[in-house]
Amino acid sequence: MEINFTHHQSAHCENGVVSNLMKHNGFNVSEPMVFGIGSGLLFCYIPFLKVNHAPAITYRAMPGAIFKRFAKRVGIKIKHEKFKSPEKAKLRLDENLKNNNPVGLQVGVYNLEYFPDEYRFHFNAHNLVVYGKQEDKYLISDPVMESVTTLTGKQLEKVRFAKGAFAPKGHIYYPTGFPDKLDLEGAIAKGIKHTCKDMLAPIPIVGVNGIKMVAKLIRKWPKKKGVRKANHYLGQIVRMQEEIGTGGGGFRYIYAAFLQESSKILKNEELAELSKEMTVIGDLWRDFALDASRIYRNRKAKIDAYNDVATQLEVIADKEKVFFKKLRKAI
Amino acid sequence: MKKRDVPQDKSNLESTNSKELCYAVNEDGEYTTAHSSGWAPKTIALDNAIADINERIENAKQNVLNEKSSPLEYYMEVHKMDIGILASYAGLWTWRVKRHFKPKVFNKLSNKILQKYADVFEITIEELKNIKHGN
Repeated sequence: MEINFTHHQSAHCENGVVSNLMKHNGFNVSEPMVFGIGSGLLFCYIPFLKVNHAPAITYRAMPGAIFKRFAKRVGIKIKHEKFKSPEKAKLRLDENLKNNNPVGLQVGVYNLEYFPDEYRFHFNAHNLVVYGKQEDKYLISDPVMESVTTLTGKQLEKVRFAKGAFAPKGHIYYPTGFPDKLDLEGAIAKGIKHTCKDMLAPIPIVGVNGIKMVAKLIRKWPKKKGVRKANHYLGQIVRMQEEIGTGGGGFRYIYAAFLQESSKILKNEELAELSKEMTVIGDLWRDFALDASRIYRNRKAKIDAYNDVATQLEVIADKEKVFFKKLRKAI
Repeated sequence: MKKRDVPQDKSNLESTNSKELCYAVNEDGEYTTAHSSGWAPKTIALDNAIADINERIENAKQNVLNEKSSPLEYYMEVHKMDIGILASYAGLWTWRVKRHFKPKVFNKLSNKILQKYADVFEITIEELKNIKHGN
């Protein structure tokens, strides 16, 4: 069976799944809207977690948080389920497909056959939509891919029951109830306030403070860890910031798009101005990535170069501090 | 980022003929989406990360051949895992997996435990014991 589902490519998987499921149910909500209302923007350095043998740095909210907040703020009901047994997980998926209900799944990337090999790491917070089944082939709409694809039952089971950090445990989710009209205005305000609170949080590893902390670490890495490791860590930051999913500039451009769209919905000119400012900040993040790549391209670099990119991050942190204070007032 | 500045560099996305979506501003200052075939700064980062993994695999291989480590280390690196991920897939505590990295301990493992590891790597116990079967 095949559910009549329209695939739209998005920059980020979680926003994309939500936006596509919303569109399927007759609500035209863009990816930036989902991201902004769900308060997806964040910066966090997680010192006790290592990803690919480098410190973990994230530019987004915890997996699943964007959808959860978005749903709560616009008033849709979502059913979430996790499973111990792969058989039960499959059964529930098949039931939903039979009822003409496309569902979101959380999956691991490592065994995702249609991804280029180079992108297959043990990352367990990827999201996709299943919109049908033909014999043993599941029809897959993966929002970061340009077009739809398929996975066999066995392949799908493998990615649904990937292990490690954020193991999906067969996590399946789908909207079950919608309000007559989405309250976007209220939801936008809540989403923006939450993001401002996160980015200005008085915690050393979160938000603006987190960016400053990472800048400090970058200065130390070449001496403390050696150039090799320092470059590996720096490369990891750029990958987290720019690799498939952020829409560029560590989600800053998506966020700017959200502010622009919101300024029209709320008829708030100030948000349009702030959108432009966020774009400029996004460009600074891109410059940082470009300069960082000049360091790790050669695998050897002068200490000065690390200090330079660290200073760039500090400038960004200062600008974002001012930015989010202004944004908080604009709402 | 202006729409016309969206980078179209060569990247690993080429192998699957896909492009990623970026957000950028068009001529009228409106946000829109644009496809990008890749951007050199992150392609270099990804290539470095892969070179790093290959180096880890080669190191692990030498460790196993010199009997400094058990074949588990080699297969773990081949599958881009770390001890935590391997332990999670095998359903064992990390300290046990760490112990199994010692050749002496590994050589005495029961078939039951070996089978767990073999299943994780989707190979036979024979292949698990001898990395020459690998690659």
